[in-house]
Amino acid sequence: MTLVLENVSSRPGGRVLIQPIDLTLENGTMNVLLGPTGSGKTELMRLMAGLDTPRSGRILWHGDDVTGKRVQDRGVAMVYQQFINYPSMTVYDNIASPMRLLGQSSSEVDAAVREAAEMMRLSDMLDRKPLELSGGQQQRCALARALVKNAGLVLLDEPLANLDYKLREELRVEIPRIFEESGSIFVYATTEPEEALLLGGNTATLWEGRVTQFGPTPEVYRRPVDATTAKVFSDPPMNFLPMTKEADKMYFGDGQVSDAQGTLAGLDDGEYLAGFRANHVALEQHTETAMKYTSRLVVTEITGSETFIHLECCGQHWFGLINGVHDLTLGEKISVWLDIRHIYVFTEDGKLVAPAAYAMAA
Amino acid sequence: MAKITLDNLAHSYLSHPRGPQDYALKKTTHVWDDGEAYALLGSSGCGKTTLLNIISGLLIPSQGRILFNETDVTDAPTAERNIAQVFQFPVVYDTMSVRDNLAFPLRNRGASTSYIEGRVQEIAKLIGLENELGRKARGLTADVKQKISLGRGLVREDVNAILFDEPLTVIDPQMKWELRTQLKTLHNELGHTMIYVTHDQTEALSFADKVVVMSEGQVVQIGTPEELFEAPAHTFVGFFIGSPGMNLLEARLDGTKAIIGDTEIGLPAHFDDPVGKVQIGVRPEYTKLASSGGLPVKILRVEDVGRHKIVRTEYFGNIINVIAGESAEIGADMTQVVFDPARVNVYVDNWRVQGGAQ
Repeated sequence: MTLVLENVSSRPGGRVLIQPIDLTLENGTMNVLLGPTGSGKTELMRLMAGLDTPRSGRILWHGDDVTGKRVQDRGVAMVYQQFINYPSMTVYDNIASPMRLLGQSSSEVDAAVREAAEMMRLSDMLDRKPLELSGGQQQRCALARALVKNAGLVLLDEPLANLDYKLREELRVEIPRIFEESGSIFVYATTEPEEALLLGGNTATLWEGRVTQFGPTPEVYRRPVDATTAKVFSDPPMNFLPMTKEADKMYFGDGQVSDAQGTLAGLDDGEYLAGFRANHVALEQHTETAMKYTSRLVVTEITGSETFIHLECCGQHWFGLINGVHDLTLGEKISVWLDIRHIYVFTEDGKLVAPAAYAMAA
Repeated sequence: MAKITLDNLAHSYLSHPRGPQDYALKKTTHVWDDGEAYALLGSSGCGKTTLLNIISGLLIPSQGRILFNETDVTDAPTAERNIAQVFQFPVVYDTMSVRDNLAFPLRNRGASTSYIEGRVQEIAKLIGLENELGRKARGLTADVKQKISLGRGLVREDVNAILFDEPLTVIDPQMKWELRTQLKTLHNELGHTMIYVTHDQTEALSFADKVVVMSEGQVVQIGTPEELFEAPAHTFVGFFIGSPGMNLLEARLDGTKAIIGDTEIGLPAHFDDPVGKVQIGVRPEYTKLASSGGLPVKILRVEDVGRHKIVRTEYFGNIINVIAGESAEIGADMTQVVFDPARVNVYVDNWRVQGGAQ
């Protein structure tokens, strides 16, 4: 079973215009749509579901063209950001409702409801009304209703966005388990890079209605094809600085120099953009080849386990994420180190020319 | 600006509360210092919004008093409390320009035109909107509108306190960094007393000088982010702060060791064997995988979170989480977990106990 989008684009008039997209989602895969608000995640899901008809292209389900088919006639289930349950019905009846609409026998319904409730850890709550449940349980009820249909395609549109942080953490661990048990194609939209990483599977990064990259989640994270993908998939945001390659040397920002080795040796001479993630900024010289930068400390944020530092360096705003608690004086000049192995090299218009060496090894 | 005193404050939404279970806010006494940034952190229903509403005057508490400096404001209406508020959703006048939105609270108070002009300019610069002042607010994105709301909250210099109710909820993760930086810079530069309500630990910890952790209507601990991380006073704080939260395991104490099954675990101090349920608590950050010398576990899964890995393991039905480096190799023989003895906390009936000299 696969879902294939062939050259699919959306009609003008929507909030975000989806640029022609080719995407193949294989049976039994978790697929994350990662992008900021307004990048087209919901629009793309509506096209997949059949809620919107594409302007161009075809949608194939198990090889059959379903492009014009109504959403009711497709095996699709959808869960939204707002938990949608029928408040006057019990949890049991809520979960049963989609199957009853399909006219299934009560024994079939009962077996499926109990199975879905078990998977969602709602077995003890079947007689309650949704509003007597916690937010996490209400959203699990909505998830159970989506799963009970045994839909081949389950679309989850930021399902955890309205939940408390700790509940979100709990469901992020549970959703991959539920997905593995269901065997369906899951599509999961989120704005948060960390959520994409925790869910695993594949990730499609979206930016202004365009899929910039699609592949296994850790690979998209460590080998982004361009600076846009790297930005979408970095939280804190990715740091940048200009770089010049000349013969066997590379000159960074404030005149730091490094030998052009490995994949960097083959680069044409010229101007580039170097990018690196916040967690690769160090407060001490951690390797022999690390480059030193003198920066101004603008803000520090201490979370207990980590210290976020906000720096001004080389005319850019940089973020650093350092393990442990560090008491640093604001406004002062501080030295930070950066290892060449953690640097991605992009062309000036953002195309990746050399991934970070560490990411190739990982 | 003001020091805020919560004096035996409690609140029940019922007219005849019968016991502690009927109180949304259980009896609380604290003094919050002038010019500090506080975060009220807890899950929904913990009482944080009730407390905020008492401070802002939207709610009159059923018991106790609230003081701004030495003035009792318990029954004073919101307008008389001289506070600024920023809400979850941007509150912006769409038909007004950014400039007029920012100037609004000052004009309301009859400030002079020249003062307003200078102050609006200053705040606009702090929130990065100095080039947008002439624009109408209509059509701006949610994060820009929320910046205007923040700016309006901060524009008056004479407020007693600024209250924030989940102000970053509608903001995308990457924009949160910018807004948090601005908020932090503003606090550093302006020195207002700030109270920030959130369920998001990262926001609470990164924003506040002191975090007030609440659970079931009670303040469980007030501390710096470092204190809450290193020495949670209650197992709830251990669980709630940190992602994943603290590992908690039932144990028996024997002097400077805790014993779980056949395994001895080093403790940072000497503990007498207490009466009650004994648990040790260790953060995943201070838990390592090793091939020997620890607690034998089953590895359930390894999650690649980008900057590090979370290894989920199980010891007789207890989940133990381990944080490992981004490039750490998890070998097949790494089937034991080892705790850093200096970072082991001891809990009796869920409250942290201090050890004695060794």
